[in-house]
Amino acid sequence: MSTVKERLGGFISQLPLFLGLVLLWALLWGRFSWLNLLTGVLFAAIVSVVFYLPAVQLSGRINLWRSAWLFVRLLWDIVRASVNVSWLALGPGYTASNAILAVHLRTRSDLILTWTAVATSIVPGSIVVDIERVDSTLYLHVINMHDAGETEKFRASVLATERRIVMAFGSRDDVERIRRVRVEEDRSDTVAGAPPAPNPSDPQNGATP
Amino acid sequence: MSAVWSDVVTAVLVLLAALMCLAAGVGLLRFPDVLTRLHSATKPQILGLMAVTLDIAVTNFSIGTVTLVLAIVLFQALTAPMAAHLVARAAYVTDHLRPDLLVLDELRDARG
Repeated sequence: MSTVKERLGGFISQLPLFLGLVLLWALLWGRFSWLNLLTGVLFAAIVSVVFYLPAVQLSGRINLWRSAWLFVRLLWDIVRASVNVSWLALGPGYTASNAILAVHLRTRSDLILTWTAVATSIVPGSIVVDIERVDSTLYLHVINMHDAGETEKFRASVLATERRIVMAFGSRDDVERIRRVRVEEDRSDTVAGAPPAPNPSDPQNGATP
Repeated sequence: MSAVWSDVVTAVLVLLAALMCLAAGVGLLRFPDVLTRLHSATKPQILGLMAVTLDIAVTNFSIGTVTLVLAIVLFQALTAPMAAHLVARAAYVTDHLRPDLLVLDELRDARG
């Protein structure tokens, strides 16, 4: 009895992906009709049975406003970076200087890791060379990096992409984790950012024990 | 008037796309190693494709075209990074890279 229930639960959790397949079918035909819907459901069922893959862990949370912002920002990044890479190719005085960076993401979700990897590598200028799933690390080949300042800026931009994705449709756990990390970073930034207090009284202290 | 405007939109978008493809081709020749060439071979054409398909969607506006254009861009955006990743990984593992072009290689550091 419970197995039936489990199966039903499993089916419901995968329902959004199933509906995505049906929608894709309608998209490919370019119009909506009942026949399309019927054949779409049929093909989605065949595809899910024949090309069986382990279930994707959906987070069950989506923020439409943040998702829209994510895609607008992604589009802008693609345009900006495409122009940059094209200029590198066409412009004068190109000297190759690249870097392979390890970016430690904060999420522990396979889906968010994948999304971040795709989102960073769809933007020209960075390619995912390898992924360490255990500690959510992306190894990225980045074009046109010359010094530590540029690499750190790029690392921060990948983490910002991850943050936008988590805010758009990450799990509550991940959102909490990102918030916590951010508070900690702010704190350490203010500590590290404060100039080291000059201590002119030091020699005097040493002189008068 | 509207015909003129539609021509202007077409001209701008198609020329933008052509420029992106040209940049990709030139980059392929000018860039020095596999990993750098990959950037040029896989990426600027995404924007080029978006421009061309956007032009098609604008000039032949119908639900059918728009959905098909969306599907094309979506799949290109999902598959191009995978192709780039597989080639990059193969190139890295088989040592087809030039360490002298890298200011930093944290993958080598991680692998020891």
